[in-house]
Amino acid sequence: MRVAVIDYGMGNLRSVAKALEHVGATAVAITDDPAVIDAADRVVFPGQGAVRDCMSALHQHELIEVLARAMATRPFLGVCMGMQALMTRSEENAGVEALGHFAGTVRHFSHLTGGHSALKIPHMGWNRVRQCAPHPLWDGVDDEARFYFVHSYYVVPEAQEIVLADCEYGERFAAVIGQNNVFATQFHPEKSQQAGLKLLGNFLSWDGTACN
Amino acid sequence: MALAKRIIPCLDIDGGRVVKGVQFVDIRDAGDPVEIARRYDREGADELTFLDITASHEERETLVAVVEAVAAEVFIPLTVGGGIRTVDDVRRMLNAGADKVAINTAAIHDPALVANAAERYGSQCIVVAIDAKRVESPGSDIRWEVFTHGGRRPTGIDALAWAEQMAAAGAGELLVTSMDRDGTRQGFDNALNKAISARAGVPLVASGGVGNLQDLVDGVIQGHADAVLAASIFHFGEYTVAEAKAFMASAGIEVRQ
Repeated sequence: MRVAVIDYGMGNLRSVAKALEHVGATAVAITDDPAVIDAADRVVFPGQGAVRDCMSALHQHELIEVLARAMATRPFLGVCMGMQALMTRSEENAGVEALGHFAGTVRHFSHLTGGHSALKIPHMGWNRVRQCAPHPLWDGVDDEARFYFVHSYYVVPEAQEIVLADCEYGERFAAVIGQNNVFATQFHPEKSQQAGLKLLGNFLSWDGTACN
Repeated sequence: MALAKRIIPCLDIDGGRVVKGVQFVDIRDAGDPVEIARRYDREGADELTFLDITASHEERETLVAVVEAVAAEVFIPLTVGGGIRTVDDVRRMLNAGADKVAINTAAIHDPALVANAAERYGSQCIVVAIDAKRVESPGSDIRWEVFTHGGRRPTGIDALAWAEQMAAAGAGELLVTSMDRDGTRQGFDNALNKAISARAGVPLVASGGVGNLQDLVDGVIQGHADAVLAASIFHFGEYTVAEAKAFMASAGIEVRQ
């Protein structure tokens, strides 16, 4: 089985690839080659940094269409910025149009933590992830298991039914969104020890059908 | 509040080996970094920090190979510091598998470095390490000054103002080491950490001085630290990370267990 980890120059991709190999992936390619991505059985879309740089890198590497094809056809895992970039737009960098796969916006944590000035930004560390809907990727992952987060912005989807898990920091926010063959996490499964590795293992054996 | 306070074993690296200096002198060898990282991962460490302790003053490169080897086997966040001088150094450590890179001395010599690195790679991976020492000034409030070169060289910079400035420049986390306490086993400088925590608004990792598990609890409750870092109490087997977590939990602190 071929797994493509999309490389558009945004951060630490080695950890994602190593974690996938650790749970049994034998052919992991870190790549920006559309042909390799199109040929992959599974696609992982990681990312960190700022959304403006992320979007311009995706355009520069001519990855917009290949991403859309992957999201339409195969098990697809977005991680962190790779989740936020799926939304309509982000308010980061004075407002950036994103991929628009899901309707919704990306907002800064100061909206949530406004009444809780003691809460620090970024939201960094291990927090409880409450599963809101059944999904094959939750198999063997405890409800309220802790995953590792590090982010200053969070996703606000228009449709609540795509929220597969939430998390509390000041208020509850979407920790996982997904629909059909797309599953996207705000946390870093590749850095979330046993729970994260379990989820990645589930992704490798997932056929891309969802419960919602 | 569901976010757990983090326990971070710190592996001071010299020549590819883990060492722990007593006030950065008198170094004892505590072993192989990959072995130790694996052990801490099994014990439930929330994160690991690697500091190349000789890099800053001997101008040595940090140990990319160590990071690569650990990152291939241990799936928790890794922070790497020591001798990070340029945005390119940051890039190399991130590519090797580091999640966060700690910038210390270079931030003082080149204050734009933190902003440039955060702009390029995001605040989430930029940690500013602050080595602070109390400065006696009779008749006035306590103040702390930033020191470099393992606490040997004063900079004249006020540590609280520096913390605020670095957070504003894009540091996503501050690693605050009390040079008065480091190696003493007398506990963190909680007044320092509390003061910085109130001022900077980004997560704070307390470092320097842990001698027992109560020190970790005090670091969170009195010092308002988001994470507590320790080395020797773990390296020499006095306590396991799991014991530290159980102790913190029994003190009412939320930890990942």
